[in-house]
Amino acid sequence: MDLFDIFHYEFVQRAMIAGVLIAAVSALLGMFLVLRRFSLIGDGLAHTTFGSVAVVLLIGISPLYVTLAALPLVMIASLAIFKLTSSRKINADAAIGIVSSLGIAAGIIFASLSGGFNVDLLSYLFGNILTVNNTELFLSFIVFLIVVAMVIYFYDDLFAVTFDQELAQSMGVNTRRINAILFLLTAIAAVLAMKVAGIMLVSALLILPALTALQLSVSFRATMIAAVAFSILAVVCGIIFAFLLNLPAGATIVLFNICFLLLVFVAKKLSVLRR
Amino acid sequence: MSIIRVDDLTFRYNGLDVISNITFAVEKGSYLGIVGPNGSGKSTLIKNILGILRPEQGRVELFGNSLSVFRQWGKIGYLPQRLSALNAHFPGTVEEIVQMGLPKKDVITLRRTLKMMAIGHLASRLIGELSYGEQQRAMLARALMRRPELLIFDEPTTALDPETRGIFYSLTQEMSRKDGTTVILVTHDIGAIGQYAQNLLYLDKKVIFSGTFKDFCSSQVMTGFFGPTSQHIICHQHDQTRSSG
Repeated sequence: MDLFDIFHYEFVQRAMIAGVLIAAVSALLGMFLVLRRFSLIGDGLAHTTFGSVAVVLLIGISPLYVTLAALPLVMIASLAIFKLTSSRKINADAAIGIVSSLGIAAGIIFASLSGGFNVDLLSYLFGNILTVNNTELFLSFIVFLIVVAMVIYFYDDLFAVTFDQELAQSMGVNTRRINAILFLLTAIAAVLAMKVAGIMLVSALLILPALTALQLSVSFRATMIAAVAFSILAVVCGIIFAFLLNLPAGATIVLFNICFLLLVFVAKKLSVLRR
Repeated sequence: MSIIRVDDLTFRYNGLDVISNITFAVEKGSYLGIVGPNGSGKSTLIKNILGILRPEQGRVELFGNSLSVFRQWGKIGYLPQRLSALNAHFPGTVEEIVQMGLPKKDVITLRRTLKMMAIGHLASRLIGELSYGEQQRAMLARALMRRPELLIFDEPTTALDPETRGIFYSLTQEMSRKDGTTVILVTHDIGAIGQYAQNLLYLDKKVIFSGTFKDFCSSQVMTGFFGPTSQHIICHQHDQTRSSG
């Protein structure tokens, strides 16, 4: 099969468009999360997504709307992490751990209530971008627009909060609002990323592109653009390779992300040695 | 009009008073030094004034407005004691950090400010790649860049070499005298405070002393804290700087 033949399939076109949009959203948000040491929030929210999907499947909502229906619960979980970390009495990693274990425990209970792990629930654990439906494609597009608009509109505030939260407060930045926005958008991104990489690998989409771009040691704006570029490239390459070699798309995308990180890391080391 | 008015401020952490019943005011154009031993609540007081921490009791007014309705944050330049969570991999350049929060980017003022702090050559370097002293200079440049009406510095000179420290003190004194900028300087360096500040607030969880340097020099309470020799030296340095200024 010719490389370009795969683009004739409608489901591949849908997967490519949704994948690129979700990759861009995850990379943009991942930059702020990684720098603020919230890297594992993707894992925590993915586990909550597992619980939410189990609830949604238990009450019998059509698989077409599972992603949409799981959103409110994951957003609540994200706000719970935000609230716990804001109290300054619980560290971010512990707060994520609490919500994460609650999500998994709830998921297992609801899955057992619905008669054990069925195929639908397992498909969310490993994800499959090639099965993206029109509702999810539309949702990805809307979320992409919202996240890009928010990042542009709140760029200065996000930059300041990411650099130093107390300094941002002294500049009059409403840090609570900025944090709440970041956490809510991350919740939406995590639910969408579940379709691309599966619950098990959601955090990879948030963390890896940002980490790769950070190796470049360029300005904040340039790092953000680079993270989005790496993320999109990994999704495009991942989908093509997965289709051609009959591999799971989510895992292939994540492996491409790791390859890019290693390549950039090695290139950076070599350039330092040459100096 | 008082630039800052603090009235009966108390802040507790885990049920313990970090500062209690603090009352004082700072007038426009004055240069106030806040001193006190480690753990005396100096930084906590500043964070309460800036709304970073919320007090259990009391009231703060900035430029005549209660803190809850105050919105003119551009009038304030603040340099924290240390960046609370600076990530060594933060990809912001010095240029980006110094211009952070400015509504309009002003390249000429940026270059002038960076040059003044002797970091003009570091403009495009990442902040995380710099030494602590260079980071401190960048943060000073950020605070000065806005030409604010109120400057609050929390231990600003700890990582600076003597030359940059001298530049910093002269600059803040000039801004206070010529432009009417109000300066608050939190430090352990009472000697420096003696040379540059007109007013002094000595804190040890509560206000031990508040007044002018003239009052400080004749205060028996302060003699008890510093000893007569140190107090005399500080006051002598203060008088010399005043007469030469």
